[in-house]
Order: sequence, then C-alpha cells, then structure tokens
Amino acid sequence: MKFRANLWIGGALFATVVAAGALAPWLAHTDPVMDANLMNAELPPGAEFWFGADGQGRDIYSRVLYGARISLTVGVLSQLINTVIGVALGMSAGYWGGWWDDVVSGLTNMMLAIPSLVFALAIMAILSPGLTSLLIALGLTNWSYTCRLSRASTLSLKNLGYVQAARILGYGDLRIMLTQILPNILGPIIVIGTLGMGGAVLAEAALSFLGLGIRPPFPSWGSMLSDARDQITTAPWVSVFPGLAIFVTVLGLNLLGDGLRDILDPQSEARAR
Amino acid sequence: MAESTPILRIEDLAVHFPQGGGLFGAPRMVRAVDGVDLTLARGECLGLVGESGCGKSTLALAVLGLQPPTRGRILVEGVEGAAAGAARKARARVAQMVFQDPYSSLNPRQSVRRTLEAPLRLHGVAGSEIDDRIAAMLKHVGLRPELADRYPHEFSGGQRQRIGIARALILEPRVVVLDEPVSALDVSIRAQIINLLLDLKERLGLSYIMISHDLGVVEHMSDRVAVMYLGRIVETGDWRDIFARPRHPYTRALIAAIPDPFEKKRTMRMTGEVPNPLAPPSGCRFHPRCPEAREACRAEPAPQLETIAAGHRVRCLRAAELAPAGETA
Amino acid sequence: MSEPLLAVENLRIDLTIGGVHHAAVKDVSFTIGRGETFGLVGESGCGKSVTALALIGLLRPPLSVGAGAIRFKGHDLAQIGADDMRRLRGASVSMIFQEPMTALNPLSPVGRQIAEMFVLHKGATWVEAEKRAVEALASVRVPAPDRRAKDYPHQLSGGMRQRVMIAIALACGPDLLLADEPTTALDVTVQAEILELIRDLSAARGTAVLMISHDLGLIANMCARVGVMYAGRLVEEREAEDVFRDPAHPYTAGLIASLPLLGARARHGRARLQEIEGVVPSVTAFPAGCRFNPRCAERLERCAADDPAETALAAGGRVRCWRHG
Repeated sequence: MKFRANLWIGGALFATVVAAGALAPWLAHTDPVMDANLMNAELPPGAEFWFGADGQGRDIYSRVLYGARISLTVGVLSQLINTVIGVALGMSAGYWGGWWDDVVSGLTNMMLAIPSLVFALAIMAILSPGLTSLLIALGLTNWSYTCRLSRASTLSLKNLGYVQAARILGYGDLRIMLTQILPNILGPIIVIGTLGMGGAVLAEAALSFLGLGIRPPFPSWGSMLSDARDQITTAPWVSVFPGLAIFVTVLGLNLLGDGLRDILDPQSEARAR
Repeated sequence: MAESTPILRIEDLAVHFPQGGGLFGAPRMVRAVDGVDLTLARGECLGLVGESGCGKSTLALAVLGLQPPTRGRILVEGVEGAAAGAARKARARVAQMVFQDPYSSLNPRQSVRRTLEAPLRLHGVAGSEIDDRIAAMLKHVGLRPELADRYPHEFSGGQRQRIGIARALILEPRVVVLDEPVSALDVSIRAQIINLLLDLKERLGLSYIMISHDLGVVEHMSDRVAVMYLGRIVETGDWRDIFARPRHPYTRALIAAIPDPFEKKRTMRMTGEVPNPLAPPSGCRFHPRCPEAREACRAEPAPQLETIAAGHRVRCLRAAELAPAGETA
Repeated sequence: MSEPLLAVENLRIDLTIGGVHHAAVKDVSFTIGRGETFGLVGESGCGKSVTALALIGLLRPPLSVGAGAIRFKGHDLAQIGADDMRRLRGASVSMIFQEPMTALNPLSPVGRQIAEMFVLHKGATWVEAEKRAVEALASVRVPAPDRRAKDYPHQLSGGMRQRVMIAIALACGPDLLLADEPTTALDVTVQAEILELIRDLSAARGTAVLMISHDLGLIANMCARVGVMYAGRLVEEREAEDVFRDPAHPYTAGLIASLPLLGARARHGRARLQEIEGVVPSVTAFPAGCRFNPRCAERLERCAADDPAETALAAGGRVRCWRHG
C-alpha cells in the first residue's frame, strides 16, 4: 500500500491537538483562568511564558492548551450530532421514499439555502452563550450534506440483492437499515464528518470571537482572538498563537478527511485504480 | 398430480404501477402483471420465460411478498397469505429467492456466518442449534464449513452463488424463486450450479419458480413452463409441450431466436420490439409482431387461455389452425 | 489464399501491476480474411476483449502490447503511432460494444453522432452528412429514420441504441468491424435481429467481422471460424461447425458438455450436466504449464510442467494441448 501523506500528517496534527487538550492539566504551566497578573501583561514569548502573556498577564501557552479542550469538544460533539441527524433523516428518506422523502428533501434544501453560520448565530442569540448552546447551535445546523449523502447512498443500495434478500428473509426496515445499509455507506459519511469537524472548530471560533460562544474568561481560541483584537499591532503573539492553533487543528482535520476519503470512499478508490 | 393441493396457487393476480402523472394529469397505469393464474406443484420447477418487461420479475416479487398485488390472490397450500408487512416473517419461511448477480447479492461487510446466522436468530432458532444448521447448510451447497468466517470478497463467483443459495435455503422455505440463477456466472461454472440446484430440489423436496432468458437452461431444469408477454401468460404447459410442440407464435419466435450452433439458416420471423406497456395493443397484445396475425387478432376481446391438450394452454385465436400437421387441436 | 486482411502474430498483452508484467494474453495468433466472420469465444478474463482493444489501439495502462505484431492493410497496429491509429479507427476498423449507452454521447442527437463520422473521415459538409446519417439509420432497419435521427440516446430502447452504434461503426465502410458482446445486454429476440443485421450488412458490404462472445452457440452460428480462448491463450481454432461436433481441446469439449443445449433434453432426456472442476483463474495467478491443466479431466503429467505448443489438426485448425502434441 502506498504511503498516504495526507492521512498521516493530518492524523498526526489532529493527534497532537487531542493530546494537548487531554494532557492540558499536566502540560500547562499555570491555571488558564485564575493566574492573571497584570505585572506580566503583554510579555512577549520567552523562557517563562513560551507563547507570551495576554493583556491580563495570563500564560497564553496554558490558555491555548485548555482552549483545545473546548474547540475539540465542540468540534467532535456537534459533528456527531450532525452526523446522527443527517444519517437518520437521509437513510430513512432514501429507504422509505414517498412523502417522508419529500419532507426530508425539502428540509435539507432549506438548510442548504441558509448559511449555517448565520443560522447558528440566530440560535445563539436566542439561547444564552455557553458550551451547551454552542453544541445545539452547531449540531443542528450542519447536517444537510450528511443527509444528502446518506440518502443518495441508500437509494443506490436499497435495490441491491443483499438488501432485497434481507427483506425476503423477514428483516424489519429498521434492522435492514442498521445492519445492511449503514455499514456500507459509513465510509463517505465518516469523511464528511471529519471535514465537518474542521468547519465546526472554525464556527466555534467565529461565534466566540463575536462574543456569542464561550464567554471570557474561559479560554476558547475564538474568545482569545476576540480579546486580542486591540493588541494585534502592539502584542501580535496574543492573537498569533490561538490563530495558529485553529489553523493546525482545521488543517489536520481536513487532511485527515481527505486521507480517509482515499481509503473509505470506493468511488475515489476506483478513480485511483 | 391434480388431487394434491398445490404448494402455491396464484389466482387472477394483477400488479399495476402508476407511471408518469405528477403535477399535471393523473398517472397512467402500467399493467406489469395483468391477470395471471398459475399453480406450482410440490417438488416442481416452473420456468417463467419472456422478454424483459413481460412481468415475470414483478410476478416473482409478488410471490415473495415484496410487491402488493392490485388484484387477485396468492394461496400457499390452499391458505391465503396475510396482508403485506404484517406477516413478513411468516412469508419468509414460505418463499425465498436466489439472485442473478452473486456480487451485489451478498453484503460485503458480513461474513458467511453472519449472513446465515442473522435470519436464524430472527426466526427464533435456538442458539445451540445455529452452528449445526449453518454447517449442514454449507455442506448441502458444496462449501466447506470451515469457510464460514470468510467474507464475500474471498470467494469466486460460483462460490458466492452457493452462499446465496445457502442463504435462500437456511430458513427451510418450501418455494424458491430463482432469478436468472446462472446467467451472471462464467460459462464453465454454470453446470456446477445447475446440477446443485437440481440436486437440492430432489434432496430437500423444494419447489422452484425459475426466471431465465436462457431457454437451454429452462428446458433442462423445468418441469413446466409459462411464457409471458406484456403481463399475461400466452402459453403454459409441460416442458415437452413448450419446447417440442410450441403452439403460440410468440413461444415459437422465442425458441427460433436462439442461435443454433449447427444451422446458420435464419428461422426468426418475428420483428420489432415489445410495445410500450402504457399503451398495450388492442386485442391480442402480440399481434403487431406476430407473423401469423390476422385481422381478427386486432379486435377485442383479447383471446383467452384455452386448453389444447392436458395441461397445455394457449392464448391465441389461431391455436387450432397453427397445430402442426398430424396433431389434432 | 491471398494476403489476409488482418494477421495477429504471437500477440502478447501485459497487465502491469506494481511493476510486474502479467501476460493477460500470450502468444495469440489468428488471421481474418476480407469479408470473413471470425469469432473469439471465452469466459471473463480470458483475454478476448483486450485482444480486440489492442486491434483498435484502445489499450490503456495498466494494459499494453508486450510483444507480437498486428498486421492490417500494410500497417503493424502494434507499432503504429497514435495519429495514424486515429485515422484508421472509424474509417478502416471500428468497434461496437456490449452497452451502447456508454459509447454514445448522451447530449447529442443520434443522427448527429452518425453524421459526425462522415464529417470527420469523409470531409462531408454537415448538411450532406445529416442526410447520409438518415440513410445509415435506414440501413440498420431503424423504423422512421428521419424522426429517429433527432432522438437522443436515452429515448431509444437498448436494441435501437445498438442499431445506432452499428450505423456509426459502419458509416465509413470499414474493412473490419470488432463486435464485443454486442447482444449480451439484449433480449434474445432483439439479439436475433441484431445478429441478422450484422450478418446481412457485413455480407453486403464485404466487411470482415471479429465477433466476441462468451456464448459458444452464438459464435458457432455467426462465424465461419472460431477461436476458443482460455486464460489468455488461444487453445483451439477451428471451422465453426467442427468446434461443436468434434471439439479438440479438453476445455472446449468440457464447455460443450456442460451447456444445457436447447433441444438436448427432448432428444436425449435429462442427463446430468458435466461439470468443469475448479474456478476460472485470475490474470495474476495463471497456472504454470498448460493454463487449463488444474481443471482438465484429461491431464497428463507433463501438462503441469510444460506449456503446450500449437499443433495443426488433421481435420483443419489448430489446438494447443499435449493430448494432440
């Protein structure tokens, strides 16, 4: 098997971010919220503060580590919600067809017509800022691609012999969808889900930047960037490092998604052959 | 044979599909199956032949309960089956199907064992019994039981078809629908599967409904044959009646269409293609392509299936005239 | 006999996987005379289709001509440049496929696709070419050709589409028509008409036909001579009548004995079909020696070790088998 650069690099970047978040309590030098000391405000990167200190004298390195927890939690969980919703709607619409398919397709098209970030913004404006609201806002607004993909894959599978055979053997519809169809459409769905995680990390940053996501003082990369707005010329490191963290995470997820597509998506495999 | 109840009796079965329509105008009906009467005796292989679109596949799906009939009844051992959906599991133990394509008919992510085990569990077979049933079934279809934990891609086309047959038989059904069971297989493999199917029929007392366009296979395997055209049976009888004494011009044309390896002379006299099923021809539906058609064939009412000899029935106005010399109609 | 139209000599076609060459077709030789109908019969993977693709210069990596010559009208098609091949294709050699839908342009009316051949190869104007396209449709017995010419491929039935393909293939009066399973996707009744059409048109125009099929009966019915291929080798080449009556190679004999021939049961009762043991080998795992030896009922000791050479048969034709060597 040939070396798949994007899979390995993407996987390594993503693993690094996961490790950073998971090991934050041990890797961090200071508490990300409490250890503020105005004496250290806007100190440039150095031996004590590896990434420098922010406007309130907090260690940016420690805050970026803890920020990974929030970004990843939001990215992974919201995308999981999206995937479950998308697969459930898409697979059932493709399998049953009829009026249910019309309803789901209409809903999907509506979702696709609304910019998902704007939709999430609207939901966040109604709910109070916070992690749960973020999960709801991002988890409910980005399932349309998964839904379309699941529906199309289900349509192409449902008349295959083994799905028909399952019906003839007396399987119920739910069992057929879960045991016969889902395992065979999962590959491309994982790909879309991984790529979507990158989008969710960005969306979280954007919402937090706008003050609608995670509220300061809790360290989210987006809220850190938001805080650093005024210091971008005087203390660029305050914004550079959270920005870099977002960049690395999203790049890693996109590369990983591309790499997974090469192995999981039979169509791209056929192209390569 | 007539005294015992047939395993399957199909009475006046019709399946109509709506087609087209949409926003403007009502959809028109395709009469895929339009009043079919058939019986299947115990231990019998019934061959269903006809061009694509003649309704043979729809008929098979109706027997399997995947296609609710518009009209008519399907009786299993004299008892009418329950409505579609409710009795999926009960019907699964009556009729099963072997598919044409051994590649798309097996779930690539399930081992042979999973493929055979899941239906047994679903139908409440005790766990202790399952392994024995799977091993026995694999032996029946000529596969070593040790292969049970392999996945479909590890098998050849012929072996996959054996797995497909095992899946169809695992619930011990009485009727098996064979949908072009060998036409997707390599030519040198076909004999293995044909022999296996005939052996299994004897050994397990199965009844087959076989759909095939390969008339050589149909003649070899069938006890009785039904020829369908545009949703209706045009001729049915013992295999000898159909292949040695075909009466309907369509049956004759189908047989004449098979290239004869020993004779380069052309015998085909039928021309054209199957008409649009949305607008079937008046009278005898075959008349536009029939080399024997007369003015009367165009007129309504359409000819009925008439018995011309014991068990041999033909739907043709000119059946009597078309009898071969030396045979009485 | 004078110079044949086509002479394939010791053709080898390589399938290259990871730098390793597998001989998908090895040492295949046959000739086709002007106006002759020659059949290649065999199972999937036997190399019959890739042989045809080599003849028309359509082999693409990982497949390539490894050795041998393809002599056709003074050219060696195995060596010829892409431009010369393009000129020959369509004008002198053309091909029809199993599924015409994939070979036709879905966005162009079929009349125009036929007309294109006259414009490309004969330098006709479009107006003139469209008129000749309607004539071409009439010649392949498409009813109402002037109306059908305006139809798009999806509006036609499978049989009609194959007729259109034949019209395109024969538009420029090629010397050789390659027909790769042209009727496999069609109903038997439509198949009979298409075969008759190919037979009539090739006879009327003196076009040679290379007919490829897995159906031995069809090939024997259509062709004067037949080549039987197995696992990349031409194992037997005979007059069509002789192949069925007196097959020389154990593979051919086994195949014929394994087929439920129409009428056999009525004549002789239901005999158990003779099975050929084993499975068709894949290109990457062709056995050593005679490639049929693991499945052969008449295997000799040397069959597994030595590759048999071609032997001329007393009754005419050739066979590649130690039983005859």
